[in-house]
Amino acid sequence: MPFMLRRLYRFITGHIDGILLCGILLLMFTGLLVLLSASNGSYVRVSGQLMNMLVALGVMWLFANIPPHYLMRLALPLFITGCALLVGVALFGDVVNGARRWLHVGVTRIQPSELMKIALPLMLAWYFNRNEASLKLRNYLIAALLLVIPVALIARQPDLGTALLITAGGCYVIFLAGLSWRVISTLFVAGLASLPFLWPALHDYQRQRILTLLDPSGDPLGTGYHTIQSTIAVGSGGLLGKGWMNGTQTHLDFIPERTTDFIFAVYAEEFGLLGNVVLLLLLLFVIGRAMVITANAPTLFARLLAGAITLTFFTYAFVNIGMVSGILPVVGVPLPLISYGGTSLVSICLGFGILMSINTHKKLVQT
Amino acid sequence: MSELSINPGIEIRDSERELDRFRRRLATLGFFVLTLFGLLFLRFFYLQVIQHSHYSTLAEANRISVLPIAPHRGIIVDRNGVMLAHNYSAYTLEITPSKLQSLEETIDGLSGIIEITPRDRRRFRKLLEESKSFESLPIRTRLSDEEIARFAVHRYRFPGVEAKARLFRQYPQGEMFSHVVGHIGRINKREVEQLEDDGRLANYRGSDYIGKTGLEQSYEKFLHGTTGVEEVEVDSGGRAVRTLSRTPPVSGNNLVLNLDAKLQEVAYNAFGDRRGALVAIDPATGGILAFVSKPGFDPNLFVDGIDPQSWSELNGSPDKPLLNRASAGTYPPGSTFKPFMALAALFYGKRTPQQVISDPGYFMFGGHRFRDSRPVPLGMVDMYRSIVMSSDVYYYMLASELGIDPLAQFMALFGFGSRTGIDISGEAAGILPSTDWKWRRYKQKWYAGETISVGIGQGYNSYTPLQLASATATVANNGVMFRPHIVNHVEDIRTREKTLIESQPLRELAIKPEHFKVVRDAMAGVNKEGTGARVFANAPYTSAGKTGTAQVIAIKQGEKYVESRVAEEHRDHSLFIVYAPADKPTIALAVIAENAGFGARAAAPVARQVLDYYLLGKLPAVTGGKR
Repeated sequence: MPFMLRRLYRFITGHIDGILLCGILLLMFTGLLVLLSASNGSYVRVSGQLMNMLVALGVMWLFANIPPHYLMRLALPLFITGCALLVGVALFGDVVNGARRWLHVGVTRIQPSELMKIALPLMLAWYFNRNEASLKLRNYLIAALLLVIPVALIARQPDLGTALLITAGGCYVIFLAGLSWRVISTLFVAGLASLPFLWPALHDYQRQRILTLLDPSGDPLGTGYHTIQSTIAVGSGGLLGKGWMNGTQTHLDFIPERTTDFIFAVYAEEFGLLGNVVLLLLLLFVIGRAMVITANAPTLFARLLAGAITLTFFTYAFVNIGMVSGILPVVGVPLPLISYGGTSLVSICLGFGILMSINTHKKLVQT
Repeated sequence: MSELSINPGIEIRDSERELDRFRRRLATLGFFVLTLFGLLFLRFFYLQVIQHSHYSTLAEANRISVLPIAPHRGIIVDRNGVMLAHNYSAYTLEITPSKLQSLEETIDGLSGIIEITPRDRRRFRKLLEESKSFESLPIRTRLSDEEIARFAVHRYRFPGVEAKARLFRQYPQGEMFSHVVGHIGRINKREVEQLEDDGRLANYRGSDYIGKTGLEQSYEKFLHGTTGVEEVEVDSGGRAVRTLSRTPPVSGNNLVLNLDAKLQEVAYNAFGDRRGALVAIDPATGGILAFVSKPGFDPNLFVDGIDPQSWSELNGSPDKPLLNRASAGTYPPGSTFKPFMALAALFYGKRTPQQVISDPGYFMFGGHRFRDSRPVPLGMVDMYRSIVMSSDVYYYMLASELGIDPLAQFMALFGFGSRTGIDISGEAAGILPSTDWKWRRYKQKWYAGETISVGIGQGYNSYTPLQLASATATVANNGVMFRPHIVNHVEDIRTREKTLIESQPLRELAIKPEHFKVVRDAMAGVNKEGTGARVFANAPYTSAGKTGTAQVIAIKQGEKYVESRVAEEHRDHSLFIVYAPADKPTIALAVIAENAGFGARAAAPVARQVLDYYLLGKLPAVTGGKR
């Protein structure tokens, strides 16, 4: 039955972008390899992550098959739900490690800020698309307001890392929507000027993290420990690395969170500068492909959403690697597609699914 | 829709322009991405190429830890191999205070599964005050297997608490040897500074203990050994993962003593419940055969820090168990001084052995009447009778004629008034009175009348039992003098090489053998027909001794000393010096029994028991005397 098989094949691959998938799978494979080392050869961890990856790819396939205009309809309800949940967190949330981030929903508990990562760009893209014909400064102000509401709620939890990442996602949308350079440069100058006033508003531990970045040796056993040890791991990797499974910082337990947020330290220690360049190129490959999809997206909504997804992916990667190699403060951001953990994998792949959907549904839109 | 149909061209051009603008914006962001990735690359290049060797060094320093391995401390045995100090392996429960939330809660929790006495707590608290909080300190020592198993089950509840296998020092003979063998204890701050000054601190990395008193202190360098080093790979928690290289420690050397543990025991028990001291010396070598200071204390209490209550009990006791009476306690020698006075008389030619003086029972000097302690005057007394019957008048007269300074010069030859140099510290020098001494001490001139009582071992005279024993041994050895030493040899545990201690004589006194013979004969007479005769009746060996009674308080002129009227701590000390066999001495000793009265009554019987055991191997039937 070659016809049936061909149909099945088309059904499965019809909305999958082969090039993007290729990049994603290469990164996932790299992730499994590093995880195997980081977890001291624990196949339980690796098989668990493999399961996460399969689920994530399933989600990706699902979203690749949802036409973008369905998503457009979801934008407003999703955003309102997200904001409501964030308010719920602020009122009834569980406190874990001094931050109120989780909300009980029936049997399980969720972290609404995760939902906001996708809901906000969706909302902004929808908003700009709706007012496409006549975008005025007023529209950008409203967009900024839509951005500030969830970000303020998340920052209050407090979860400054996520708040900044969501802000970045929103800003990309606003920037791509064509906010004039004059306004951007004015805001930039104003932002710099307001820094001294923002400082006292930060929590102690947040200020501590920023100070630690400037001088990690100031508190070598406390907040500076992560940065110092991961920097040592990266630096001692050298040109070619210590070899897979041979990183001393990794295997003697000097790298904290080495399967999750700090997994890049393991990679850099064992594969060296060469491995790092390969990883950067792989990431660039995925980002580049995503940008091509973005550039060719048929509608403003699709373009803005695709751009936000692409650049959020980049931002995650940059912030994570920057933090591990000691040029950015420690924030809880995983390295996309590499770090252990299902939530991050699923949300990243969901984004890529949307990208693929945008890329493969444009003919349908045009007809 | 209508607009679109009317003017489709504008719409398309407009959206093209929009798309163009969008793509320029996207290109800007693409440039932004490349710039930041370029920044990351530069950072990698800086860390992994330029600073690579620096971070490699840091990673190695993380990875490798140099751990000291404490050597086994040398053991201490008596001349027959009886164990006096040894090590055994046992578990301790140790707490690192800095790793705990609440120390009290942890200890309370621990006491729920392992017995922790209030004494353990007090001891721990004292230890805590003296230590840094990141040090691992023992709360309980010598845990049983059952206790270890119980702790292992509950371990997870007590982070910062660990059961460790350690070597412990133990003194199986307890209080009998407390002052000789001494004890070790945890190294304190002052000792760390001392070790640092000596350049020995590196060898104590890994050692928690150091010799504090006795032989443990004076032979520390021999006993401690050399610390080994182990290079291990450690994880971030400091746990050793594997060993990279290892230099084994070298165990400390063993000490083999001249001391005879059984003899020591006989002597210790012979005192009964009296306080006192006994030092027995082998005259031919200067080796210490017995070194008793009674009461003693249990040295095992001190090893891991003594708890404040036990300490104050020991320190506050009127019996002064912490005082080493044998070498740090000083007593007037009383009549045991007389044989040495006689030698001085012969040496200076002031008396011949046959020269007879009349003893009316008192000696008048400057209108002052010096009484003899015996109630009946001896009448005509020669040198032999002066010693055998212990005439005071003979020696009042002699001292007066000799004068204090010649007397002091002669006595200095026998080591009176200066430290013997025995191989444990804390020795007292005693007082050998002279005009010079009195001037230095009191800024006063010497009165001739003060010389009189010095002649019978009273007055300012004050010597340690060790000095007395050493001087007696010198007489027994006809003037060949050794430095008294407790350790016979140090044994290298690996090479079995023995290093003898003090095997050469210190000096030979320029006293004629015939002079020694006169005094030695007289001392033999003491135990045959004199003051010691009753105690040494039926002894199957010959011995030469001298009894002594030392006044603790001065008796007023014209008053009579009645023992029962005087408080016990003011009663006379009982002394005895002796060596045996009289012709070929193998042992010389000095005994003092505090506040026990006449020398022949308390001190001499102790000496008899010691000699009976040493020369005959005979154990006393009933031990102990009454107070």
